[in-house]
Amino acid sequence: MTTLEFTIVVWLGSFLAGFLGALTGLGGGVVVVPMLVLLLGVDIRYAIGASLVSVIATSSGAAAAYVREGYSNIRIGMFLEIATTVGAAVGALIAAKVSGGAIGFVFGLTLLYSAFLSRHDPSGHVVNKPPDALATRLRMNGDFPGSDGRQSYNVYQVPGGFGLMFGAGMLSGLLGIGSGAVKVLAMDQVMKIPFKVSTTTSNFMIGVTAAASAGVYLSRGYIDPRLAMPVMLGVLAGSLVGAKVLVRANVRVLRYVFAIVIAVLGIEMLYNAVTGKL
Amino acid sequence: MTETRASWNDQKIERIIGLLLRVGVSMSAALVFVAGIAYLWQNRGARVSYQQFHGEAAELTSVAGVLRGSATLDPLALMQLGLLILIATPVARVLFAAFAFALERDWLYVVVSLIVFAVLMATLTGVVV
Repeated sequence: MTTLEFTIVVWLGSFLAGFLGALTGLGGGVVVVPMLVLLLGVDIRYAIGASLVSVIATSSGAAAAYVREGYSNIRIGMFLEIATTVGAAVGALIAAKVSGGAIGFVFGLTLLYSAFLSRHDPSGHVVNKPPDALATRLRMNGDFPGSDGRQSYNVYQVPGGFGLMFGAGMLSGLLGIGSGAVKVLAMDQVMKIPFKVSTTTSNFMIGVTAAASAGVYLSRGYIDPRLAMPVMLGVLAGSLVGAKVLVRANVRVLRYVFAIVIAVLGIEMLYNAVTGKL
Repeated sequence: MTETRASWNDQKIERIIGLLLRVGVSMSAALVFVAGIAYLWQNRGARVSYQQFHGEAAELTSVAGVLRGSATLDPLALMQLGLLILIATPVARVLFAAFAFALERDWLYVVVSLIVFAVLMATLTGVVV
């Protein structure tokens, strides 16, 4: 392929990845990396470098829209970012030490787990426990616009959520993805934060987390502008269009189809990693 | 809290942060796009391969190198500069949050924001490599 053809193919693929990522809430990274690696034969290190950059673009682009709605909680996000940024730096350093096959193996497992997670619906948990002492000291309890005025909520199990966030950061730094699914898991399931607050705050955190590994990626030479250019522009455009369509789309069916696609990509990634093709 | 302090509420901070993020992303995307067109024009017909990892030229792996290359209007360096602006966007937002929390006199979160900022600077300046 000539440079121009290659760039156009990567842009189109990245657009599709960003579009699907926004519709399903999984983000573009989990599709972009397997697409580059499995379909276009790109070395996994260049693939995660380009993906990481696109993750920052979508996070910042979407967060700009979310913050106006008043769902995201800036204190929860900032506090947990201590865990995700340190985790991301550790993850990026591990990525620099291990083989492409090892990264591919973890990536495959992550894809399968994401496929599994995306099947189930958000828990509409209502917690009637007294406020948690630590969360109150950290001023994390907040409110969001509900159907009848602002609805307040309490936050629980801060240490558990913090620990899982370190893991989410590490995964993000190792694989060049946003790992929004794990971040939402930590906030929604562990810390009992309302789902809408969890997803928007997670999206807000993804860019900062990714920026922490970007420095390591840059100095290690993982970020190639020739590849990152179409990936970043494609994923960004795709996710913006996806966010517009989201309002009208039948997300249930879509999530189901997407889960299957991700599972297939995960199995292929694992197969390639085990047989030493990565 | 006085009236002026109260005007610096979380919603206002988040709105300004939202604007900051939008400006950063737009600037980055525009620069990457224009430099990308210039690069494709210069390299029309050439072939690329990413099957082998060989890292990047030293000029593209550090902030100083990218700035040097950008000064000579090299399209590759300019594309990388656009990507660096993108990476800097969330960093700027953390720093702005620290500033805004200080206006709210929420010292705990000024410290939290500065810790996050310190981690980001450590990785971006190559202390952690």
